[in-house]
Amino acid sequence: MRPPFPGTPDSSEKSANLTVELETQGVSVYYGSHLAVKQVSLKIPKNHITAFIGPSGCGKSTLLRCFNRMNDLIPGARVEGSVIFHGKNIYDPDVDPAEVRRRVGLVFQKPNPFPKSIYDNIAFGPRVNGYQGDLDELVERTLRQAVLWDEVKDKLKMSGLSLSGGQQQRLCIARTLAIQPEVILMDEPCASLDPISTLRIEELLKELGRRYTIIIVTHNMQQAARVSDFTAFFNTEIDDEGLRYGRMVEFNRTEKIFNSPAHRETEEYVSGRFG
Amino acid sequence: MNTLSSGGSLLFRPRPVFQRRRDQVFIWATRIAVFFSAFLLLWIALEIGIQSLPAIGRFGLSFFWNTTWDPVEGIYGAWPQIYGTLVTSLIALIVGVPFSFGISIFLSEDFLPKSLRLALIIVVELLAAIPSVVFGIWGLFVFIPFFRPVQMFLYENFNWLPIFSTPPVGPGMLTAGVVLGIMIIPIITAIAREVLVAVPPELRAAAYAMGATRWEAIFGVVLPAAIGGMLGAVVLGLGRALGETMAVAMLIGNARGIRVSLLAPASNIPALLANEFAEASDEQISALMYVALILLAITLLANIIAELMVRRVKFALTASRE
Ligand SMILES: Nc1ncnc2c1ncn2[C@@H]1O[C@H](COP(=O)(O)OP(=O)(O)OP(=O)(O)O)[C@@H](O)[C@H]1O
Ligand SMILES: [Mg+2]
Repeated sequence: MRPPFPGTPDSSEKSANLTVELETQGVSVYYGSHLAVKQVSLKIPKNHITAFIGPSGCGKSTLLRCFNRMNDLIPGARVEGSVIFHGKNIYDPDVDPAEVRRRVGLVFQKPNPFPKSIYDNIAFGPRVNGYQGDLDELVERTLRQAVLWDEVKDKLKMSGLSLSGGQQQRLCIARTLAIQPEVILMDEPCASLDPISTLRIEELLKELGRRYTIIIVTHNMQQAARVSDFTAFFNTEIDDEGLRYGRMVEFNRTEKIFNSPAHRETEEYVSGRFG
Repeated sequence: MNTLSSGGSLLFRPRPVFQRRRDQVFIWATRIAVFFSAFLLLWIALEIGIQSLPAIGRFGLSFFWNTTWDPVEGIYGAWPQIYGTLVTSLIALIVGVPFSFGISIFLSEDFLPKSLRLALIIVVELLAAIPSVVFGIWGLFVFIPFFRPVQMFLYENFNWLPIFSTPPVGPGMLTAGVVLGIMIIPIITAIAREVLVAVPPELRAAAYAMGATRWEAIFGVVLPAAIGGMLGAVVLGLGRALGETMAVAMLIGNARGIRVSLLAPASNIPALLANEFAEASDEQISALMYVALILLAITLLANIIAELMVRRVKFALTASRE
């Protein structure tokens, strides 16, 4: 059963020019022989924010990593099905994973700046990707975009590790922006942040969502409701042999998922968290 | 509820006496161990210093640049041996470090299946278990014949360079240095690999997520993060190269006087000590003690410099909050 692509003619003006940026076709992911995510097919709309929600262990991070082939780095991980990006399956043998990752950036759940200066943290990506423009200008621009510039402009030579957790996470976001990706994947980017940093990142997300395609994994229902345009709900299921696997239950506009979900599981999950 | 308000006595049980005792014992045991090793070092240095006093009194600092070592005439200068020690160690590092770093990078990545990698790691570490004298014998009977064409090539094509200006005879600083280089590979490799493996996988993943290739991730992120520890590994290797005795004594040629050519027989401090101590008389013993003191000082100095280097790199890499 394939969920309908949201934004059918009846909906708002925003949907009028929805285009598909990324599409998964029957994607299943195995770790060794363990099926982690089963048969996910969905279409990610361009220049919108899509949220992935669902209980722990249902495969949100796993699926997210499929969009830029980060699962390649995990020994024993295997992806079945296709992920279509600009008409091309990124799992085709002739595709260079480094190229995919440059165009589909990933912000990790835990801030992980390089043990380099703030400046070099940002400059690393552009350098390895042969950026020709003015690096100083790019560093300033991306730090401004990530709302970090004012806090660090006088200490760009200092280690990225000397920043606070929230600043580090914004540095990681700036670093991802600096490779000028078309899509940004974020795995619980606010999980280790205080409420103020979280709010700042959410504002940043909304701002970025107009120009980038963003997929964000979050455990925070309010956050999903606040920032995302579309939401995919995942759940775990147990097969006949008692093995757990994750699957996508429902994908729709965020207000539909939160106000009038089509499935009872979704409603229970969403309302339970709001309770 | 009034148990809560009646003060801490019910909330904080005192630590059992036995537990406190155990901690005390542990703290003192480690303290004693630390003091003991510091004391040992001091004691050795002091003993060597006292024994070398007569030689220091007679030759003073000229011992460092005097090039004659003549027990018959009673004239002692150690510059050829000091020079030989520094040169052989330098050659050892030039040979050993690239190999060690290459192997450690190779073995810390997943180029090979895990079981094969493990086997290779063990093989490299077993290299460290080969006794020095066995390296010496291997050097004499296997390595020197094998190395001869290389030495001939250097002599024939580069004899305009002073360091290759004499016809090779087999033993010499180059031979000894290269074998030393092989001998320090295991220790440098083992430690460098451990440092590389300890680099947090998130950093590697972050590099890949920026579109880096494997080599860009290794050279741009993993190596810079690990370089402090890897320099530390080099220093431990250097320490071994500076003091290594048996194999070098067998391979360096034990010639008197200063030799600029790396292909000519020469000498260094450990070889001198090994060769002469057994038959040394009073003043010669004192001169040898003086040489030993110099070796000890060089080794300590190398370690201190390296320690500072490693610290500075570490400091640059990790948090440096104002
Ligand atoms: N590197 C891995 N190796 C083996 N199994 C893994 C690995 N990563 C995830 N899994 C398994 O895949 C399943 C899905 O994990 P995943 O991390 O994608 O869940 P998640 O939805 O992101 O959970 P959370 O909300 O807790 O982050 C889990 O059963 C997990 O045990
Ligand atoms: Mg996750």
